[in-house]
Amino acid sequence: MTALAPAPAAVPDAGEHRRVQVISRKAPIAFAIVTGLFAILLLAVPREGDATFRFATVGDLFTIPNATVPGMATAWTAVVIMGLATVAAFVLVARRRRVPGWISLVFAFVFLVGFLAWAAAGSPSDIPAVRLIGGSVLLSVPIVFGALGGVIGERAGVVNIAIEGQLLAGAFTGAFVGSVTGSPWAGLVAAIVSGVLVALVLGVFAITYKVNQVIVGVVLNVLVIGMTSFLYSQVLVPNAERFNDTERFSRIAIPLLSKIPVIGPALFNQTIVVYVMYLTVPAVWFALMRTRWGLRVRAVGEHPSAADTVGIKVERTRYRALVIAGAIAGVGGAFYTVVSVSSFGKEMTAGAGFIALAAVIFGKWDPIRAALAALLFGFASNLEGALSIVGAPVPSQFMLMLPYVVTILAVAGLVGRSRAPAADGVPYIKE
Amino acid sequence: MSAEQSAPSGDAAARAVAPTSPESGGGDGGPDRRWQEAIARATSGGWAVAVGAVLLAVLAGSIMIAVTDPEVQDAASYFFSRPADLLKAVGDAVGGAYSALFRGAVYNYNADTFAKSIRPLTQSLTYATPLILAGLGVAIGFRSGMFNIGGQGQMLMSAAAAGWVGFSFDLPAGLHIVVAVAAGVVAGALWAGIAGVLKATTGAHEVIVTIMLNYIAFYLLSYLLATPGLLQAPGSANPKTPPMASTAILPRIFGPQYPLHLGFLLALVAVVLVWFLLNRSSLGFRFRMIGENQFAGRVAGVNVSRTIIGSMLVGGALIGAAGSTQVLGLITNGFGSDIDAGVGFDAITVALLGSSQPVGVFFASLLFGAFKAGGSAMQAGEGIPIEIVLVVQSLIVLFIAAPPLVRAIFRLPQPEKHRTGKKKPREPKAAAAMAAPTTPTADGAAR
Amino acid sequence: MRLELRGITKRFGSLVANDHIDLVVEPGEIHCLLGENGAGKSTLMNVLYGLYTADEGEILLDDEVQHFSGPGDAMAAGIGMVHQHFMLIPVFTVAENVMLGHEQTRGGGRLDLEAGRAKVREIADRFGFHVDPDALVEELPVGVQQRVEIIKALSRDAKVLVFDEPTAVLTPQETDELMAIMRQLKSEGVAIVFITHKLREVREVADRITVVRRGAIVGEASPGASDAELAALMVGRAVELTVHKEAPQYGTSELVVSHLDVSDARGTVLVDDVSFTVRGGEVLVVAGVQGNGQTELAEALAGLQSSVSGSITLDGVELVGRSVRQIIDAGLGFVPEDRGVDGLVGSFTVAENLMLNRADEAPFARYGLLQLKARDQFAHDKVDEFDIRTQGIDVPAGRLSGGNQQKVVLARELSRKLRLLVAAQPTRGVDVGSIEFIHKRIVETRDAGIPVVVLATELDEAVALGDRILVMYRGRVVGIVPATTPRDVIGLMMAGIAPDDAGAAA
Repeated sequence: MTALAPAPAAVPDAGEHRRVQVISRKAPIAFAIVTGLFAILLLAVPREGDATFRFATVGDLFTIPNATVPGMATAWTAVVIMGLATVAAFVLVARRRRVPGWISLVFAFVFLVGFLAWAAAGSPSDIPAVRLIGGSVLLSVPIVFGALGGVIGERAGVVNIAIEGQLLAGAFTGAFVGSVTGSPWAGLVAAIVSGVLVALVLGVFAITYKVNQVIVGVVLNVLVIGMTSFLYSQVLVPNAERFNDTERFSRIAIPLLSKIPVIGPALFNQTIVVYVMYLTVPAVWFALMRTRWGLRVRAVGEHPSAADTVGIKVERTRYRALVIAGAIAGVGGAFYTVVSVSSFGKEMTAGAGFIALAAVIFGKWDPIRAALAALLFGFASNLEGALSIVGAPVPSQFMLMLPYVVTILAVAGLVGRSRAPAADGVPYIKE
Repeated sequence: MSAEQSAPSGDAAARAVAPTSPESGGGDGGPDRRWQEAIARATSGGWAVAVGAVLLAVLAGSIMIAVTDPEVQDAASYFFSRPADLLKAVGDAVGGAYSALFRGAVYNYNADTFAKSIRPLTQSLTYATPLILAGLGVAIGFRSGMFNIGGQGQMLMSAAAAGWVGFSFDLPAGLHIVVAVAAGVVAGALWAGIAGVLKATTGAHEVIVTIMLNYIAFYLLSYLLATPGLLQAPGSANPKTPPMASTAILPRIFGPQYPLHLGFLLALVAVVLVWFLLNRSSLGFRFRMIGENQFAGRVAGVNVSRTIIGSMLVGGALIGAAGSTQVLGLITNGFGSDIDAGVGFDAITVALLGSSQPVGVFFASLLFGAFKAGGSAMQAGEGIPIEIVLVVQSLIVLFIAAPPLVRAIFRLPQPEKHRTGKKKPREPKAAAAMAAPTTPTADGAAR
Repeated sequence: MRLELRGITKRFGSLVANDHIDLVVEPGEIHCLLGENGAGKSTLMNVLYGLYTADEGEILLDDEVQHFSGPGDAMAAGIGMVHQHFMLIPVFTVAENVMLGHEQTRGGGRLDLEAGRAKVREIADRFGFHVDPDALVEELPVGVQQRVEIIKALSRDAKVLVFDEPTAVLTPQETDELMAIMRQLKSEGVAIVFITHKLREVREVADRITVVRRGAIVGEASPGASDAELAALMVGRAVELTVHKEAPQYGTSELVVSHLDVSDARGTVLVDDVSFTVRGGEVLVVAGVQGNGQTELAEALAGLQSSVSGSITLDGVELVGRSVRQIIDAGLGFVPEDRGVDGLVGSFTVAENLMLNRADEAPFARYGLLQLKARDQFAHDKVDEFDIRTQGIDVPAGRLSGGNQQKVVLARELSRKLRLLVAAQPTRGVDVGSIEFIHKRIVETRDAGIPVVVLATELDEAVALGDRILVMYRGRVVGIVPATTPRDVIGLMMAGIAPDDAGAAA
């Protein structure tokens, strides 16, 4: 059949409207502020002596020697480099060009090295790079799983404030079932089930009954805290040996990989749950971005009525996404009791679920970015421990505060630009 | 940054394809009004639903108490030989728990004297005091379309400020109280104001910001409490403040044997003032206007940014008053970083239960205050962990928020307008503007 | 495929949106469903598409009764729909949108995007469209987005295709192209239902016309019927579209807009170098197809746009850079385009809405406290004066009908001391009786010597109400012409053709 329709030339093009370019000045301004604050810190609290970075572990394939650098000199060098990066960013913006991501990365890395050099200057202890990285990975495991769950839920249009509750429920049942059965595997499965249960309650209220999702999330957290704390005091404490003393997963060193200096022992001498995490992050990305399931999940999160008109069951899709998200968050909860310590404690997740929520937003609702954000937040928490070892004059509370401050800056648009799924948090009300 | 501020009219193409697409992280206010609608729906369940919700929650609590009771478990093991034992054990466990709750919350009929018998009631009112104040603060936020989850942080910062004035200033009795409370009020307002300013200027969603501010406040207070020369008591290594000066402590209303302090009267005054603010003042009218329909408010000349900030400031000030009463009335011998005692979150549930109406918040606070007082007595007397109260409270709010569920369980009739009042979701702006369920007009339903 | 609807009835509470509707559409036929806004056309099509369940009646395809529990069933049965508000996901590509819901996959549930792209290309080629399968939908112009909708429907082998008010967002030229596409579809044997309220389009393509009014079929007409006949069927009585007004008596006041630019957050210039003058005592109609900058122009006049440059002066006072409040105080009366969103707080009472922008001033407030007596007295007066049909002043304004809601807005704005009135689509979705009333009040305001700016998308209203007509296209002024200018010239101007050329072409 030949085309009767008008020639393509008649099709109006995009961009017929005149455009003026919008350039963000945020990067150079942020750079300048950080550089300035760091310089002020160095002037206000100068430190004497050298800083030592330790890279080696017993059993490495080859040994990287320790690096000893003069603390203040290194820190000031870092300031200079950061200053140059700031100038470069200003020049780029003045020329109406974007500031490339690698400049930000270099900036962050140099700042970190300079900061550590300052913090460890004159300390008898060295900064153990392996423990710094390995500890960060461990601390971020529940955050990563929680954030992945959060990403899936929000991509489907369900805001999940109850990640904290899912982690806590997972930790509790992991400990209880793991103790009763004597098997960490059973504990893990139980944790997954309880993560799913919390997700289903969220689903019933948020999807079926269209209750405001933030309300449900906040209240669910309280409910899970109440239930686990009640059962802990009433059941676990009186029978601690029977009910609250689990086997833990043991570490598995991956041959060869675990021998690589620095990252080997940090990343590849871990428990099965950590390896599961390594696989889950790309798997969730793939599932969301490259599969039919993911396309549909994203569709109901962006424009549910459009999804409905092509025959996708919005509520069912959201429920399924929530169940999967709950299972993943449950694994994160299990980490507390079948990997980290072998018993449950009241409110032991201590806000990790909210850090996970922060990672979701900071990671712009992308599984990989969210996992990286979780890793960054884990690093910040871990850094606090490292700094206290070297006796740095940085109050630990300020390090612990960092993820939350960064997230506020992120949602305020000062760090990157976040765009939530369009129908995130909006119950689907069929006509 | 000005280019990225909220601009409700996006470019024509984007608008045409996706009426739901936000311009920024929440700056266009669309989702907020949908929330407002959800809140309205969540809180307009009617008394039957409220009673049903409380019954269901108490039932669930009873089941948890019974199942975890050792004697019940024993009796269950020989259920088939002597079923009556199980029923009796359940009755003992649950009955014992709730009678202890009643004795601890309302009237202790086991006490020797009448004066001692009514002490629990004053205890409940004492616990209700910060709930009323903070609940009013959250309610003001709800009514202006703002979701203040940051009660905890605002409590902590106000406690720090009021406490600092309370133990370190040397002032005459009456004045000291006024200055200390004022310091707490200002601190609470400012801490909430951060979220308001960020929302107004960058569109940052207040839910996320207030949650994060809770943790920042917690660690900030921990730092202050752990640092000599700041809030830490001199000569102590504990993260705890010194006791309040006697001049700063809120006097007890009925004398020293009853815990009820002047803060309760402050809360009563606040109920009246907030009612007046919301229903009779121009400022409250503006709050409600942007809460119901930000767009119409803007067209009517309301400075939305300023009103958002104002509502957060007023709400935060009330929560700040709650924090002040905690340190100047309830726990006067020095406090740690748990001084908020969950009030920040309970305030949200109280505001929901009270339909964001001042009088409703008052009565909801009395109920939750009674739970708290009774829960302590239950824990002391019957050995039942106080956390059961959290379970019951959160279940109440969940059920209240989902009237159809409660109606279905109790087989109450489902109101029909619930379904048909909705406009098409594909026109979210228009749909959300109808915050209350409305009877459809011809061009509404059929277009 | 032959579509037949038998006795379809759909109720919303007490409102009967569709009342025993019978309709037959033959293959290779374009069947127009003509009716006013709110007549129940879209409800009917949503029943057909499985989005609503009919309370009574049945749907037949090739004489077989169908039971649709959702759009999926309708699509599987061969029904496609081009929605009035496009059902496209803005952040997805064209191919992803087209394949959504019937995705082809490779192993492991992997999306076969290549298959989706091929499908888009195949259909686009067949109809001579020019669509990049990998373009993000949100970055496409509206006309192209509509083609994506059509491709989406055709990719599922739709045999019955419903177009729901497809021309509302199109230029006259794009509309003509759409008509051509419809004819091609028809020649391929597709049964087409074309929902519209525009008479010109109906007569151009329809094979059969069914007129719907108040949820019921009121008659059939042949494409040869006159405008007056069709219009009479639509509204139930002979309508007179003219507005009685005398020649303008120019007053002293004056609105001067010069070199006005308005851009959005992404830097798109939506109002581009617009200049005009309106004198007291005349009505300037700003006409154009929806989405060509008229809305933003009106909002800029009201101070509602944030990035504005250029100048707006009212009687010599500069308004650019002032707050909404200051502009209101300077004497602007503003009837916003979407009254349910911008003009009213639906959950507030009629009385509260009548003082919405005066809640800070006497007599409605003293010392920051609301004066309820003054408010209620004022409300009673205005309800009487503007004949607002409401059960009382305490009824939430959202419960009133569209026309009465608009009267509330108008009453509020016209009862202040005005120096300028800006009314954006004041009669959209308003019943005929109210339209006459609203037109009358606008003309009275003009005759009081106040400059009046009215936004109109309907040519009829523009010509009837205006003294002069300013036509906008893609943010720019195409020309300002007297209201006596021939309609076809104005129509061509709305497609961006300058008045001289348009005059020559017409």
